[in-house]
Amino acid sequence: MNVIATESTAQDFYCREEPHGHNGTLLGFWIYLMSDCFIFAALFACNAVLGTSYAAGPTGADVFDLTGLAVNTALLLVSSVTFGFAMLEMTRKRKRAMLGWLAVSGLLAAAFVGLEIHEFVTMIAEGAGPDRSAFLSSFFILVGTHGLHVTVGILWLIVLMVQLGKHGLHEANIRRLQCLSMFWHFLDLIWVGVFSYVYLVGVLR
Amino acid sequence: MPNRSAFWNFLLGRLSMDALPLHNTIVVVTFIVVALGGAALLGVVTWKRQWGYLWTEWFTSIDHKKLGIMYMILATVMLFRGFADAIMMRAQQAIAFGDNMGYLPPHHYDQIFTAHGAIMIFFVAMAYIVGLMNYVMPMQIGARDVAFPFLNNFSFWLTVSGVLLFMVSLFIGDFSHAGWLGYPPVSELHQSPGPGVDYYIWGLQLSGLGTLLTGINFVVTILKMRAPGMSLMKMPMFTWTTLCTSGLIVVTFPILTATLLLLSLDRYIGTHFFTAALGGNVMMYINLIWIWGHPEVYILILPLFGVFSEIVSTFSGKRLFGYSSMVYATVSIMILSYLVWLHHFFTMGSGADVNSFFSLTTMMISIPTGAKIFNWLFTMYRGRVRFDVPMLWTMGFLFTFTIGGMTGVMLSVAPADFLLHNSLFLIAHFHNVIIGGVVFGIFAGINYWFPKAFGFRLDPFWGKCSFWFWQIGFWFAFGPLYILGLMGVTRRLSHFTDPSLQKWFIIAAFGAFLILLGILSFVMQIYVSIRHREKYAVGHDPWGGRTLEWQTSSPPPPYNFAFVPKVHERDAWTHMKESGYQRPLQGFNDIHMPKSTATGVVLSALGFVFGFAMVWYIWWLAAVSFVALIAYAIHHTFNYDRDYHVSADEVNRFEHAGNWATDPQEVRA
Repeated sequence: MNVIATESTAQDFYCREEPHGHNGTLLGFWIYLMSDCFIFAALFACNAVLGTSYAAGPTGADVFDLTGLAVNTALLLVSSVTFGFAMLEMTRKRKRAMLGWLAVSGLLAAAFVGLEIHEFVTMIAEGAGPDRSAFLSSFFILVGTHGLHVTVGILWLIVLMVQLGKHGLHEANIRRLQCLSMFWHFLDLIWVGVFSYVYLVGVLR
Repeated sequence: MPNRSAFWNFLLGRLSMDALPLHNTIVVVTFIVVALGGAALLGVVTWKRQWGYLWTEWFTSIDHKKLGIMYMILATVMLFRGFADAIMMRAQQAIAFGDNMGYLPPHHYDQIFTAHGAIMIFFVAMAYIVGLMNYVMPMQIGARDVAFPFLNNFSFWLTVSGVLLFMVSLFIGDFSHAGWLGYPPVSELHQSPGPGVDYYIWGLQLSGLGTLLTGINFVVTILKMRAPGMSLMKMPMFTWTTLCTSGLIVVTFPILTATLLLLSLDRYIGTHFFTAALGGNVMMYINLIWIWGHPEVYILILPLFGVFSEIVSTFSGKRLFGYSSMVYATVSIMILSYLVWLHHFFTMGSGADVNSFFSLTTMMISIPTGAKIFNWLFTMYRGRVRFDVPMLWTMGFLFTFTIGGMTGVMLSVAPADFLLHNSLFLIAHFHNVIIGGVVFGIFAGINYWFPKAFGFRLDPFWGKCSFWFWQIGFWFAFGPLYILGLMGVTRRLSHFTDPSLQKWFIIAAFGAFLILLGILSFVMQIYVSIRHREKYAVGHDPWGGRTLEWQTSSPPPPYNFAFVPKVHERDAWTHMKESGYQRPLQGFNDIHMPKSTATGVVLSALGFVFGFAMVWYIWWLAAVSFVALIAYAIHHTFNYDRDYHVSADEVNRFEHAGNWATDPQEVRA
């Protein structure tokens, strides 16, 4: 009895078949996003500390255009919804519809970045650039870092659309699309923070 | 730039012949030595026709074991550099009294202490621990590689490009003189208009990105790739500490990136984050940098706690005492380390309430740490302890680190810190924990796992010499600094007026000389062991190991394990040995492995060019290299063919040719 038990455990010390490959990419990318969150946390902290250091320059109420902001926010949030449609089409394996929704998301995000650049250029022309005061430094860099992320997202989207067109919906491409989708929604979430804290609180204080 | 045409200014930015420090004899001599040494090394490689081998087998390899070894070599080279800085400082402070100004002008001395600190932390300690974690952790969990092998290679080369920027600053332009953390306002443009701080920033940005990717990689590896049966509470202690360290890397290195980014924006586009004018706030920088900086010291020490745990239990021939409490202690340290940053500047004036909070959290860290010390002692208690070299380093650690920890508790008392802040007492304290903990742990780990990596042991005689020189040298070098610190001597001084202090600095210099002998003994140890490698050859399990890395051959095959192990108990390999495990010799499968790639090298080289161009304001080159970087990264994503199979036949050959000898040590255990 004892001998049999030993033998059965002795055989049980290794897998005879190669185990299936793990997929750590989504978890890894999610952890990357959380680390990116810390970059934004640092920038938000700067904005919290320096947000009223106007150095006798313009305040939030002076420079923020809330109408433009509403349009901008709507563009970005809608792009998240359309990206969601693209992901639904992906699960239905409808490549053309998926590419269509991706293109719409990309265009909305591009419009968002365009409006943001316009806002920045206007402010700098009015003498409210990032070198005017610590408040404006923290504003430009936080909003700009977010905008830069969106720009990278658009570039990534274009590359991925080319790859999806070329190679179709195989495993690697689906994984990449899922990562980009997380990135896209993550940036929306950050924008909600930017919108409510930097702008709305910014005009009040 | 004296009267240079606009064309040259465009082409070279602010770089000119003046940037070469031809007037500074010390730097010129260093340059000649480094150039000759480098030329000799390159010459030998070319003469032996080894470039192809190095490129295909090492530089482009994404094998975690080879990357681990490359990290260790990089760290050792940088240890020489960092130590050269240290011994220069000790020599200067031993002679610069009264009328004697020493041999280093303040401007040069300041660069040396900045370089010493930054190099020792980022490129010695970090590179060593990442090397150890890379080499050991995947094997401890029974994995074939890390989760993202390409990223692993990329991380390594990013670290190398950071190192290169630091090294280039020696000979082109100068280095930062703003201290290892680059505090503003000294690091701001108006105080440091030269390229030094920019070298510092870009060097750290590149290597910091590499470290962040490593952290993510290791967390995913540990969470997703453990052998079947290895639940979290069955993981080896070193893997646990690797997990906690990697977690800390993920939550802290982005803050370093953000902080350095803000500093560089202040310097490059004139923002006002940390300037004294227009609303900037210097203390913002100091808070942010320490929110990274304090967890960083735990990032350094935690993996070594893991190393000591493995060594103590192996060399006592016993299970680790209090495994669960060790895990909880590690996790508590990980969390607490994020809540203590303010103790680096109690003198900020944040008031009694805030200081009390950070004082208490700091004191609290000593509780889990103390629990660990007792666990190690109880593991040894009634064990059959073998005093091989790894165990000697461990004993040295227990003694030295405990004292360093106690002086840390003294510093955590805010009112005491008001007196000791920025004094040599502080310098003595952190060297006490970093040398006594991190460095001793690294040498313990190198002596412990070297036979696994190469199939032969390190020479014990020179190993013992190295240990004793370091151990005694440490106390000679830093004991006097404790005393000087209590007398009120502050750090970073290149000249003293009070001659009564000189004797202490001479003793400290003597200690540094002993440590030099310790480092030379280590070099000798490696040399002698390689030279007599036949004599030191050992089997695959020379110490009577307890964890899975000792199951496979020494050196291990590229795929680590022919069959993925199944785990039932904590010390999986001990359990296998005790249950009469027989190594399977047939029935092998094809093994799926990732392919080597040159992408990591190319991207990092472009990163280096970008950093260099930014330092010297060569805007066209910065733009070109940046675009090339993005383009090449995109190009890489179009390559879907990233794997290959090691055929069952090849596995069979490896498994029969590998070093599976059992040796006397194992029998004795």
